[in-house]
Amino acid sequence: MNQEEEFSKWDTVILPKRGLLELHLSEVWKYRDLLRMFVKRDFVTYYKQTILGPVWFFIQPIFTTLTYMLIFGNVAKISTDGMPQILFYMSGVTAWNYFAECFNKTSTVFKDNQAIFGKVHFPRLITPLSIVVSNLIKFGIQLLLFVLILGYYLWSGTSIMPNSALLLLPVLIALMAGLGLGAGMLITSMTTKYRDLVFLLQFGIQLLMYATPVIYPLSTIPEKYKWIIMANPMTGIIETFRYAFLGSGQLNWQLLGYDVAVTASLLILGTIVFNKTERTFMDTV
Amino acid sequence: MSDIAIKVENLSKQYRLGQVGTGTISHDLNRWWHSIRGKEDPYLKIGESNDRTTKGTSEYVWALQDINFEVKQGEVLGIIGKNGAGKSTLLKILSKVTSPTTGSIKARGRIASLLEVGTGFHPEMTGRENIFMNGTIMGMNRHEIASKLEEIVEFAGIAKYIDTPVKRYSSGMTVRLGFAIAAHLEPEILIVDEVLAVGDAEFQKKAIGKMQDVSKGEGRTVLFVSHNMVSVENLCTKLVVMSQGSINFTGDVHQGIKQYNYSSNKELLINIDERQDRNGGEVVRFTKFQITDADDHPIEMAFVGETICLKFGYRAIPNLENVVIRIEIKTFSGHRLSILNNYHCSSPFEKIPDSGTFCCKIHSPTLAQGDYEINAKCLVDLKEVDSIEKIGTLKIQNADYYGTGKMPNIKDGILLQQSYFIEKSLI
Repeated sequence: MNQEEEFSKWDTVILPKRGLLELHLSEVWKYRDLLRMFVKRDFVTYYKQTILGPVWFFIQPIFTTLTYMLIFGNVAKISTDGMPQILFYMSGVTAWNYFAECFNKTSTVFKDNQAIFGKVHFPRLITPLSIVVSNLIKFGIQLLLFVLILGYYLWSGTSIMPNSALLLLPVLIALMAGLGLGAGMLITSMTTKYRDLVFLLQFGIQLLMYATPVIYPLSTIPEKYKWIIMANPMTGIIETFRYAFLGSGQLNWQLLGYDVAVTASLLILGTIVFNKTERTFMDTV
Repeated sequence: MSDIAIKVENLSKQYRLGQVGTGTISHDLNRWWHSIRGKEDPYLKIGESNDRTTKGTSEYVWALQDINFEVKQGEVLGIIGKNGAGKSTLLKILSKVTSPTTGSIKARGRIASLLEVGTGFHPEMTGRENIFMNGTIMGMNRHEIASKLEEIVEFAGIAKYIDTPVKRYSSGMTVRLGFAIAAHLEPEILIVDEVLAVGDAEFQKKAIGKMQDVSKGEGRTVLFVSHNMVSVENLCTKLVVMSQGSINFTGDVHQGIKQYNYSSNKELLINIDERQDRNGGEVVRFTKFQITDADDHPIEMAFVGETICLKFGYRAIPNLENVVIRIEIKTFSGHRLSILNNYHCSSPFEKIPDSGTFCCKIHSPTLAQGDYEINAKCLVDLKEVDSIEKIGTLKIQNADYYGTGKMPNIKDGILLQQSYFIEKSLI
């Protein structure tokens, strides 16, 4: 067409609106070095001016695990499916934290980065992606800690059975990242103009944790209510994660398939809405 | 066709005034309701032009309205206008920070902006880390940055501090580093907004030099927004004057600056009738003061060598004769540069009307750039009847006075026409 011909002469064309599916992913790839820098910045500045420094990466999950052991394990006496409490809670906390951090941080991306977004153009998708990558490294460190403790229990002969489901680990990580990213991008786009959702989110994530088998095994839920917990896409992920490392619980392929479907749709929807919002959010934030 | 770097067509931007709150959602719903029925946005038709001084009735305002212009490759386009004229909105759209409401921009080549230098600088990170941070935000990859690292550090002149966190830098150093990075971006189109306001004289010179290199030497296009007419005059090859969201003037820089000066002529007429710090004022009273150019347009400032006219409105008792007007030009530091009067230069006025304007035309004044103070006296039969000090300020702007393409850098003084030669014999 004539118009298309006209456009091809220019490198940059700025128009009021752009199509829903023009995501400019190639531009994101061009800016991959920026993603590296964002991740580096997160690490360089995270524990600046602290005495313990990177040790904090370990302290957080250990204390959470100890708290859960005390309250849910010893006071409330919730079953851990016969697994050692520390391993049971730690596996849940490590995986859950990764999802929750991705979700939490992504859901305030626009608000947190107004200053930069207001001055320079770069593919905004880089920012949520850098959050996912930063947290992945953090998750890796915490996973290492978990594996060390797991190793100790294996050596001392406890009946835990890491199995071939471990091969699914990359898929699980991708699912957690995708879920957090997709949901977070949806929320941040919806909260640029109307901030009401922000208040909901703060305890929403907390609530969601209790609707996920983090502090209890799925097997303790009465059959009647199981569908509610299973509708939560994190359930399948955490259950599979635990099954792979500890051999407890079960591998439910159907549930995992459902998770993949939910993650994919959230991710696509989130990316589209995020890209649409990104164009004018500076005027409404 | 091929040498046009930026083409802006019918560009408009609408903003909503007031706060985002519960009222906003009804508009949003209405807009959405129109859009699903395939109708036009109902709020696009309303909105008023952007005059921030008067409180309008509409909740919507056009920050930009029907902007059209083209910039050729290698041109330095100056954009001037008062605060709120829409300059920054235009630059924000150009640098893709926000998108226009209607219209389009087409550009050839990478656009980089210096909307605010040092974007993304993290105070905890070192200068070196921030060069990479800022460079990648601007769209360079790390190999490009690494290859230019030394040049950037040298240009910014902060080699000693390169491994110190930026939070320990002075504000001048931060700006220098930020500008240095942006100057080495090598985009085809560079957008600069008032950055030169910070930094010392030496660095400003360096920065202006770099911008000239970029446009002249390397054929890149620069868009330069500034309130500093001297830098605009020095740097730009084309000018756009904006006012209340639309373009008033496009074209020659010199003419554009004059046009810009006319556009604010309301404030250029100074009322001095009420001033009490005067000597006299009964027989003849100075009431108004204004400076105009040769074409009788009120001006805020004049270029070196440009003919100007000082005008003093007065009120007097009838049938006065032998009236002398005496004008003193002083530098702001108090040095008298000249006294002008019609007694020596021509002859006293006879039979002046009881209300009118004394005019004093100064043909190609040789005052150098700077601000000058004007004092005025009126004498009848050589007796002082009214006298006011600091009646107004004469602002002189640098220009190519000698016609050599070079501008003298003298301030608050006078320029004299001179010629140079060498005699073979020793005096």
